[in-house]
Amino acid sequence: MSKVRVLVGTRKGAFIMTSDGKRQQWEVQGPLFAGWEIYHMKGSPADPNRLYLSQCSGWFGQLIQRSNDGGKTWEPVGNQFAYVGEAGTHQWYDGTSRPWAFKRVWHLEPSLSDPNTVYAGIEDAALFRSADGGQTWQELPGLRGHGSGPRWQPGAGGLCLHTILFDPSNARRMFIAISAAGAFRTDDGGDTWQPINRGLVSQYIPDPKAEVGHCVHRIAMHRSRPNVLFMQKHWDVMRSDNAGESWQEVSGNLPTDFGFVIDVHAHEPETIYVVPIKSDSEHFPLDGKLQVYRSRSGGNDWEPLTKGLPQSNCYVNVLRDAMAVDSMDTCGIYFGTTGGQVYASADAGDNWSPIVRDLPAVLSVEVQTLP
Amino acid sequence: MIRVVLPTHLRNLAKVSGEVELEVEGTITQRSVLNALEARYPMLRGTVRDHATQLRRPFVRFFACEQDLSHEPPDSLLPEAVASGREPLYVVGAIAGGAYSRAR
Repeated sequence: MSKVRVLVGTRKGAFIMTSDGKRQQWEVQGPLFAGWEIYHMKGSPADPNRLYLSQCSGWFGQLIQRSNDGGKTWEPVGNQFAYVGEAGTHQWYDGTSRPWAFKRVWHLEPSLSDPNTVYAGIEDAALFRSADGGQTWQELPGLRGHGSGPRWQPGAGGLCLHTILFDPSNARRMFIAISAAGAFRTDDGGDTWQPINRGLVSQYIPDPKAEVGHCVHRIAMHRSRPNVLFMQKHWDVMRSDNAGESWQEVSGNLPTDFGFVIDVHAHEPETIYVVPIKSDSEHFPLDGKLQVYRSRSGGNDWEPLTKGLPQSNCYVNVLRDAMAVDSMDTCGIYFGTTGGQVYASADAGDNWSPIVRDLPAVLSVEVQTLP
Repeated sequence: MIRVVLPTHLRNLAKVSGEVELEVEGTITQRSVLNALEARYPMLRGTVRDHATQLRRPFVRFFACEQDLSHEPPDSLLPEAVASGREPLYVVGAIAGGAYSRAR
């Protein structure tokens, strides 16, 4: 019988949760790297025992850890992220120019085919790649060197590159997203990039056709349809059917379209999930009710999913990297909260139960479906 | 033999307990001690000082002989008691420090 492994990064360590295909009983391992912020942990699709983890602290900086045995043991690998050439400047919150400076690794995305190749999305926003299992890291400077770079500005969380998506049908094509610059695509393996933000409307940007400056919180894709992208923007849930060339809003009947996470059902490319958050100044669910919303039509028509989720006095947030899906026959959906709960649904969102309730604030959730 | 006391997180990272003892060539300075520390424990590279600039990370401090040496130039001699091994060099995570992350 298959099993699942849930990889959870928190403000104070990492946790690994495993279960069989029923996903009812869970074994919890952790905290790993106790006391450190674990922004992200992800397994290689090519070798599920190869895991990468981003570990950082305000005192001691950034570390990258690697496991070759599914998280039982770890070894620190390379942690030097040096921008190529002159770092240049981006905009600060007040519109002044500020030099690019490495802060931390937000997201690690292992290659679909090679366990030793992994990409890192960092703050201040740039994309790095390692081809030696994380020992050394090289920037793909074409992204930061895109002419719009000096106009990029940090979102409330910093100028972070938080999303990396590979096109499974085209090894030369990748999508990334930066808060608050927007989404970008490469069609040449990362040498050159173009902004793909046409159709995004952001109230705080005077120019309705602004090429960059959009606070994209998350992008998701179903691997069978890599030209169809779903986006949770600061406000607005968006959809593109042409690999990001243009976007249209699909917020539909959502009670609020602010939020951070978005994900796609493993077997139904038109079934998508978001967690609506009240507003950009009140980062918690509406009316104290934690609700996942599901659309089975690729957006616009949404239904609340509440069974097993707290429906009173709940004021947590669900951060942008904190939702994932497994690929069991009945798709499992998982998300973590800033209140330290990790919720799982073994039936595509109809029913939920907490795997754990009292972790540190959850920063990221990933899932591996294992043989 | 130079004695160095690391903070808990770095002891865990380096898989050591208690003080670290280092053989240091030449003059005993912050730089030479940190060079020896990082040579013996490569996993500590980048955690005490920046990879490229070699500057002390902002919330890491150096103490020895009841003195705060954090702002001393990296090539200044450390106190004789440290050089002779009578006193350790303390690497400390600043109590007031830690840049708590903003909303993600």
